[in-house]
Amino acid sequence: MSQSNRISGGLIDRSRTLRFHFDGLPYLGHPGDTLASALLANGVRLMGRSFKYHRPRGPISAGSEEPNALVELRSGARQEPNTRATVAELFDGLTAQSQTRWPSLKFDALAINDRFNSFLTAGFYYKTFMWPASFWEKVYEPIIRRAAGLGSLTKLEDPDSYDKGFLHCDILIIGAGPAGLSAALTAGRSGARVILADEDFRMGGRLNAETFELGDQAGFVWADAAVAELSSLPNVRLMTRTTVVGAFDHGIYGAVERVSDHLIEPAPGKPRQTFWRIYSQRAILTGGATERPIAFENNDRPGIMLAGSLRAYANRWGVAVGERTAIFTNNDDGLRTARDLQAKGVDVVAVIDSRDGGELLPGIRHLRGAEVIDSAGRLGLSSITVRHANGKTEVIKATALGVSGGWNPNVNITSHHRSRPIWRDDIAAFVPGSGEIANLSVAGAAAGTLSTHGALVTGDEVARTALASLGLTATAANLPKAEDAPVRITPMWYVKGSNRAWIDPQNDVTVKDIKLAHQENFTSVEHLKRYTTLGMATDQGKTSNVLGLAVMAGLTGKSIPDTGTTVYRPPYTPVALGALGGRGRGQEFKPFRLTPSHKWAQEQGAVFVEVGYWLRTQWLPKAGETTWRQSVDREVLATRKSVGICDVTTLGKIDIQGTDAGAFLDKVYANTFSTLAVGKCRYGLMLREDGMVFDDGTTARMGQNEYVTTTTTANAVTVFRHLEFCRQVLWPDMDVQLISTTEAWAQFSVAGPNARKLLQKVVDQDISDAAFPYMGAGNITVGGLRARLFRISFSGELAYEIAVPTRYGDAMIRKLMEAGAEFDAVVYGTEALGVMRIEKGHVAGNELNGTSTALNMGLGKMVSRKKDSIGMVLSQREGMTRDDGLRLVGVKPVNPAAELKAGSHFLKTGVAAKAENDDGWLTSLVYSPHLGHYIALGYLKDGSNRIGEKMRAVNLLAGTDTEIEIVSPHFIDPEGERLRA
Amino acid sequence: MIIHHPILGPRDAQEFVYLGDASLIGRPDGLTASIEDFHNYTYLRDNPAGAHRELWYHEQGDRSWLVVTRNTLTHEILQVELARDVARAEGRSK
Repeated sequence: MSQSNRISGGLIDRSRTLRFHFDGLPYLGHPGDTLASALLANGVRLMGRSFKYHRPRGPISAGSEEPNALVELRSGARQEPNTRATVAELFDGLTAQSQTRWPSLKFDALAINDRFNSFLTAGFYYKTFMWPASFWEKVYEPIIRRAAGLGSLTKLEDPDSYDKGFLHCDILIIGAGPAGLSAALTAGRSGARVILADEDFRMGGRLNAETFELGDQAGFVWADAAVAELSSLPNVRLMTRTTVVGAFDHGIYGAVERVSDHLIEPAPGKPRQTFWRIYSQRAILTGGATERPIAFENNDRPGIMLAGSLRAYANRWGVAVGERTAIFTNNDDGLRTARDLQAKGVDVVAVIDSRDGGELLPGIRHLRGAEVIDSAGRLGLSSITVRHANGKTEVIKATALGVSGGWNPNVNITSHHRSRPIWRDDIAAFVPGSGEIANLSVAGAAAGTLSTHGALVTGDEVARTALASLGLTATAANLPKAEDAPVRITPMWYVKGSNRAWIDPQNDVTVKDIKLAHQENFTSVEHLKRYTTLGMATDQGKTSNVLGLAVMAGLTGKSIPDTGTTVYRPPYTPVALGALGGRGRGQEFKPFRLTPSHKWAQEQGAVFVEVGYWLRTQWLPKAGETTWRQSVDREVLATRKSVGICDVTTLGKIDIQGTDAGAFLDKVYANTFSTLAVGKCRYGLMLREDGMVFDDGTTARMGQNEYVTTTTTANAVTVFRHLEFCRQVLWPDMDVQLISTTEAWAQFSVAGPNARKLLQKVVDQDISDAAFPYMGAGNITVGGLRARLFRISFSGELAYEIAVPTRYGDAMIRKLMEAGAEFDAVVYGTEALGVMRIEKGHVAGNELNGTSTALNMGLGKMVSRKKDSIGMVLSQREGMTRDDGLRLVGVKPVNPAAELKAGSHFLKTGVAAKAENDDGWLTSLVYSPHLGHYIALGYLKDGSNRIGEKMRAVNLLAGTDTEIEIVSPHFIDPEGERLRA
Repeated sequence: MIIHHPILGPRDAQEFVYLGDASLIGRPDGLTASIEDFHNYTYLRDNPAGAHRELWYHEQGDRSWLVVTRNTLTHEILQVELARDVARAEGRSK
């Protein structure tokens, strides 16, 4: 198709032609085009359908405020829904599809909604889908979801990568229009480190879209020269295609750089987008202003757009949106559009100016005191109906209509810390509230200074102030002469009597909806917004919010400042979740920590399990084993029969040293460690201050002033943090030092009747029972290398834990397996570890669940009351010391062949399975290969007095109700003879 | 947010872990205080709209516990001290 609507001029490169497709049809455009400008150049005004009524829509703007022209850009895995065609930079090979329509853009079946508009008003969902309640999830919501919503997701994995970056500067300047460039020149020439960011791919802002001159140059020529000078300065970083999306605390701003969105796909090694965190000493917002429409009947047809955007398409992109163009305005800026278009040779058929009296534009049909009251045209504008000052109406043929209701300063970022904008009558607009964001100042149109001269001057001024506050000196500015037209506006928000006059076209909110909200007393701006969904779409109401609240102000008879405004929140424009995630995706979101025996285990074909960040061996299948249970049962039986080895490096290890180390441990553990003999270990229970158990583990005294504490794998970080808190904050003068050695030592448990025989082959010292008794600990050597040995047991067997420096961990597992060959040593994983600890009756994560006390676990006597320790006092609270409280018990099925289910609750025989009859619950469950039946641990009310009682384990979800017997939690070796062997 | 660490200078808040009200420094002595004293210490907090003294831990840094005085309305940070110094000034020792 030819570029039928392309006219002369513009900042596009006509020497090159780009091919692209929209809804399957081929078109041509030029570098410098956006998708919207290129489609308009090809005579395509219809680009989408509206959200609720499925009305035909075209772009109303030429920038990021666009509510209508949303498309699905690209195809396949790179398809991106809800892309604004007005900011999508054209590239060769671009493909885009319209959305929110079925089966096609020109014929949309759901346009029938438009006929039912009197039902689909504000509050429609709230009122209609109330009853019956059960219908919501199954009937109403799926239907609504299919009918509503914007573009679709591909559900394919995004093939592109995203980055996060960090930048530091003295002055961040947001927006590179005349004010931003002026500020950047002043700041950059002073030597300050400056970042100038602009969302557009070409700096210059409105200077690219206007015809007026700066000095004796065209505006865009001056902008190009300014950009050239700035890019020559080493202290200035220019960031195009970069939207500053939010102001955060202490001078930190978030910005999205669209690194590769203007390319068919990212260059190798380049991200698609980068999310920057910019640390600034000072920031200057020069974000310009956004034009707002005037609402009138059927004002949403393709071809009706903001007047300043119509002007931008003509001046910047060489596009006449319609061959017959009319303008509807309440201010002088609309007249500027008429003049520019006429100068470009566009047929300006009428200027409908709502203001009475005043000068008339020469050579143009300029209607004063008139209004546009309606429009016509099925898939695009064909005519407008005008009501003249004398009340007569006239239909005027027009294929484009530019509407100007005045300009709203882009105050958005200044509201990000809750500051509300303030109203200025002279420009009929909100301007930033003062000083809520520390070290941010505003200049140019964003501050309500709407002339080019004003932008240049205020940009320079705020930059000077910022420089002075940083102790830097500015050189004299050299500002060109520029237009300084006053704002002449007579506010006019909507045409009286209109109903289906669109205010928020993206969410299909009309004047009628606001009238309804008013009628139903949703008159506060916050209620208005939520009841009508005004401004809640992806455009966040950039063109609609002020208009909507002005209409409400008119209905309530209050002034606009009395009506107030909602505040803007980040992000300024939509941000892809991928950009927020950066590289933290898939495995890179959560890296693995590997144990020292990982490589060996991998060679053996181990099955791994994620334990926090760690990957641990879960079990290690042997040839012929087809189920996990076969492997786990074998590992357990082999360990109990001879010897098994387990990598326990993941447990937290903390070296605690100093003359007060013992006293410190007495404070942080419920039991006592200062009395522990050198060369011995003791099990410790750590409480939280509220008296609940925090963590457990063994602590060894390696020397007079030297202890080694272990924590559970899960709490390694939080226990260390807590100990630092106790050391620095609670007892700041204790002589005690801490260091985490979790990753410094590779530690292996060697358990089973042959554990000593195996280890004796490996270590250099005598470890006979006499030389190294139960709960002994000491520094030893392995082939002359330093190592630590602890005679502790989680499995209930004769067991040791041996630690060597981590770099020898791989060699150590190989040596242990080699030495263990004659004993048929096995490596056991976390599953077998769990089986053996439950057989022995040791508590672990399932029992240490944050709501259990020492008493619950049957360890109440460990809480010493002879000394002060964390949690000691509150563990004595009445409710926590009840005699009939929960106690740890063992559970076995009465019928040894019966299976128990995890999650079961304990009930007396003969009672109904209801919450009030609940006597406790099962916490840990395994099949014990040693005993040949299921065993479990659980918390039972008054459990220690109920050993031998027959009860039921009921799981209503699994539908099981199994007879059980309450037993001691120590299923194996209750006297501990094996440990001391 | 940026926290001006007394030893390390300006650091991003992401390096820190937040605990809560700096009143946690004033732990009663377990051998003399009542359950009620500990209840108040453990559970009761002021919730000021304005200056708030709070404990932050430089976990991704030098492991210092800090007392940060922060305006909860504006997030302005008014003062940063080593918690150990504050604790000593409040009479804590061993």
